[in-house]
Amino acid sequence: MLEKETGSIFEFIEKNSLLMGVSIFVIITIGGIVEVIPSFTQSARPIAGLKPYSALELAGRQIYIRESCNACHSQLIRPFKAETDRYGAYSLSGEYAYDRPFLWGSRRTGPDLHRVGNYRTTDWHEAHFKNARAVSPGSNMPNFPWLFEDSVDVGTVHAEMVTVRDVFGVPYDQGDNPQSGKTLEATRQLVIEEAGPVIEAMKDQSVKDAYAQGDVKDVVALIAYLNRMK
Amino acid sequence: MPTTQSFTEYDYSVAKGFVLSALLWGVVGMSVGLTLAFELIFPELNANLPWLTFNRLRPLHTNAVIFGFTLAGIFASWYYVSQRVLKVRMVLPVLAKAHLVLFNLIIVLAAYTLLAGHSTSKEYHELPWWLDVVIVVMWLMWGGHMFAMLGARKEKTLYVSLWYFMACFLGVGMLFLFNGLAIPTWFVTQTGNWWHSVSMYAGTNDAQVQWWFGHNAVAFVLTVPIIAISYYFIPKQANQPVYSYRLSLWSFWGLIFVYLWAGPHHLIYSTVPDWVQTLGVVFSLILIIPSWGSMVNLLLTMSGKWEQLKTDPIAKLLVIGSTFYGFATLEGPVQAIKSVNAIAHFTDWIVGHVHNGALGWVGFTIMGAIYHMVPRMYNTRLYSVKLAENQFWVQTLGIVFYFTSMWVAGITQGSMWRTTDQFGNLAYSFLDTVRAMVPYWSLRAVGGTLYLAGFIMFIYNIRMTIRNAADFQVDGEQSTSSGSVQAA
Repeated sequence: MLEKETGSIFEFIEKNSLLMGVSIFVIITIGGIVEVIPSFTQSARPIAGLKPYSALELAGRQIYIRESCNACHSQLIRPFKAETDRYGAYSLSGEYAYDRPFLWGSRRTGPDLHRVGNYRTTDWHEAHFKNARAVSPGSNMPNFPWLFEDSVDVGTVHAEMVTVRDVFGVPYDQGDNPQSGKTLEATRQLVIEEAGPVIEAMKDQSVKDAYAQGDVKDVVALIAYLNRMK
Repeated sequence: MPTTQSFTEYDYSVAKGFVLSALLWGVVGMSVGLTLAFELIFPELNANLPWLTFNRLRPLHTNAVIFGFTLAGIFASWYYVSQRVLKVRMVLPVLAKAHLVLFNLIIVLAAYTLLAGHSTSKEYHELPWWLDVVIVVMWLMWGGHMFAMLGARKEKTLYVSLWYFMACFLGVGMLFLFNGLAIPTWFVTQTGNWWHSVSMYAGTNDAQVQWWFGHNAVAFVLTVPIIAISYYFIPKQANQPVYSYRLSLWSFWGLIFVYLWAGPHHLIYSTVPDWVQTLGVVFSLILIIPSWGSMVNLLLTMSGKWEQLKTDPIAKLLVIGSTFYGFATLEGPVQAIKSVNAIAHFTDWIVGHVHNGALGWVGFTIMGAIYHMVPRMYNTRLYSVKLAENQFWVQTLGIVFYFTSMWVAGITQGSMWRTTDQFGNLAYSFLDTVRAMVPYWSLRAVGGTLYLAGFIMFIYNIRMTIRNAADFQVDGEQSTSSGSVQAA
């Protein structure tokens, strides 16, 4: 048998399951309280000039999440010369203030995207989503043909915009910040309006034809989101 | 350890159900993982179907192996071990059976939502809010059963495995609840997808909460309950008590205290405050002590019985499992050191590290436990010791392929990203570093294939054991190749 510490506090705890449970719970809460709570308010402050995501950008962000782009792409440039040379200025906490959820990723199977808007263009993304390996030989990124077929889910975009505006106080409609749709129909108009310039820079005829019918394809929103990443 | 008691008094119906669940979700999760390994080399394999792409399959792989295979193995062990160490027949059988059914339903729904792209994007917490609610119900069913068993127990002193099971229940419950906090957008606006939600936390805060969760999901799903399993099955298989009570005591309290501080090592050189990162690194290094305390304690439980490893593949799985635990818990803290992390982060070395733990420690320990439990629950003997032996070597070879290739891949790519030419310009394009990975990814796929092949051998062995149970009923506890093992 095991040698027991007779009469010790541990022996007492080991005979009392409720006390054991409480002791475990107290011990495991300490680390999180010390590390997460103190900087919580400060870390959430937006950097000067940061704008909330526009309706079309937010739609693109939802597609980015739906496709788990973060499984292969980071959005976090670390403060090393090798990273700033490759991707641009290192990331700052205040740039993420409107990111719910954050999308830093954990494995760069593909390159970082935090400032991809500085060095990739709409038509590059368009060709790359259709056939990544035609644009980047040796790439292992899948093709995303369905982005050219599925349409933006305006209802969910509207729902998220209104939620972050009303619940978290995201400053839409202030100064030159993007508009939030007052109604679902207003959000639809915002999406269509913003999509125009993106689609103009694209080549795909079916996307243009759909747009003429007032239908914005997923790829347009995703590119608008990536173009904003600067 | 409790003294001898006839196993016929125990109710194994739910433990048996969870064993089968572990086999099912194990083979699903590992097959998806292998598909991912090949998709990295041949991206065309997705056939241009959204639900077959790497990006959508990756969360399915992690969820199926962590929450499908591993949790099923943990629950199977709980429903088997708890009766024996508490000396009481399984209480509340209806609750326990409902727990089994709901668990499997959740994994099916999880697979559907992940393939459909209903993801929150948070690693290991991708499931939509409504499924989180169902998971909390399932978790409370387990907790309810746990405390009902503890309340009904006839053995007053809680065996060390029970401490770890309790820590698993409480730890995962706390982490999951706080990380999952989100506002379902449909309730605010009545438009859009009903399953969509927005995280309660933004940006850097969200990252901190997520990796407090993510790191400790590893602690309280992939470590703590697996130690619980080892603390029961290694002494049983070796037929001698745990090496040191005092070591189990201090390594338990040390582990559950220190683990929660180490989360920020996932966020080194990110935008979380520097002091938080440094604290995370320091505690990651301290974490070696309680981790190795458990490993040493488990391995020394074999003292004087080492020759059993020559002939007993079940002891092999359990002992090598704990050895991989020691390996992974040394490798992790090394990767947490800032200067090492600068190269290792975002590379396959991290993937390799996770799989040392997952394939070596978690996989081997759960398979060892199932090999130990099944003949006893079905009152028969193991179908083939030789097959188990071969499985062990096939899978061990698979793991060696896996971690060696991922070591080289990670350090190579991490170094290539920062290599400069004589003028200080970056020497390699990102694509150069991707192309350089293909040989290592191929070796890893070989490793994964071997491990999955071993797992299929395992399933076959268990299936034949159960099928032959009717023909080979034996009174009392069963022997494996190691000779007669005393009943619990």
